[in-house]
Amino acid sequence: MRTEDLIKALAADAKSVEPPVAQTLATAVGVGTLISTLLFLWTLGIRDNFVVSIETSLRFIFKFILTLSIAIPAFVLVRNLARPDFKPGKYLWWLALAPLVLAVGVVSELIALPSDAWRANMIGHNSIFCLIVIPLLSLAPLAAVLYALHNGAPTHPAIAGAVGGLLSAGIAATLYASHCPDDSPLFLAVWYTIGIVLMTGVGALLGSRVLRW
Amino acid sequence: MRAAIAGDENAYHKILSELSTVLRGVVRRGFAGVGVPRDDVEDVVQEVLLAIHLKRHTWDQSMPLGPWISAIARNKMIDDLRRRGRRHEVSVDLTEFDIEGDDQQAAIDARDVDRILDGLSEKNRDIVRSVSIDGHSARDVAKRLGMTEVAVRVALHRSLKALSETYQEKKT
Repeated sequence: MRTEDLIKALAADAKSVEPPVAQTLATAVGVGTLISTLLFLWTLGIRDNFVVSIETSLRFIFKFILTLSIAIPAFVLVRNLARPDFKPGKYLWWLALAPLVLAVGVVSELIALPSDAWRANMIGHNSIFCLIVIPLLSLAPLAAVLYALHNGAPTHPAIAGAVGGLLSAGIAATLYASHCPDDSPLFLAVWYTIGIVLMTGVGALLGSRVLRW
Repeated sequence: MRAAIAGDENAYHKILSELSTVLRGVVRRGFAGVGVPRDDVEDVVQEVLLAIHLKRHTWDQSMPLGPWISAIARNKMIDDLRRRGRRHEVSVDLTEFDIEGDDQQAAIDARDVDRILDGLSEKNRDIVRSVSIDGHSARDVAKRLGMTEVAVRVALHRSLKALSETYQEKKT
């Protein structure tokens, strides 16, 4: 086909433009989060002493500070990664926020607790359950994010997928934190981290396969 | 480009024409020294134009247009070179055909029409040919085929997506 003919065809198709990709991505994340929230409330639900914990336990509140310090930068970053002209470079440092927050939490906990209580707090009550639930609750948001990124034009497919995986795990961890009885930063540092890193890897792997255009 | 995204066909035609000239230079320069035959340059230009079209909702209108266009062109050129790297031995001889001239271009264009449009259904092929090569409007085509204008537009859009995917399949 001659290029000028192709241009005529493209111009004739001018009205087919889709909604801005940032909007699609926000909607997709919203839908994915809603699905996981409903699944979560239906199967696990928030823990009985949720309100008391919010009012009295700094450790409990810290869990949400940590999970949101993962999810919010990841969301902002992935929204940019959906467009081709975005160069991640220095912006990837935003993702250092969560490890910093976690480090502060862990150090404070080590100072606050006697050393013979460290081990018990790290192992917690149901670590295996935590390991399974965070990835499971990540699935709907991850699928939604990958769908939206596919609709976009990421020029760094593996990074976009990884940050998408991180975002979905951040959402899942926020939900699970309201159920999970273990509040120690030592527990978060081990068990939450494993699930979240796993989903980041899954996102990178899927991203490098399905996000080429 | 803003007017084009708002659905202005004339503005869109104008900017795509201008872009195609620029892109031809960019691709030719980018591929200089790699021994890429001339018809392949035109292939990549078309591929970039299709990607610009299908991904135009990823341009953030508060950002400059230039880097966005470059990013798309770059992505498609890298893809093409990667594809070429895999069958480098086969393509070495093709540099011999790198002759300037419109006749050669016409012959290659014809080959492309056959190869790419062949993937479409008969009706969609008819629609694409009518609006592109014959330059008819969607409304005229709709009248001739007894379809609604919307249906013609949808078929056209799907066909363009299919064309883009044909390029993708060449990658494997």
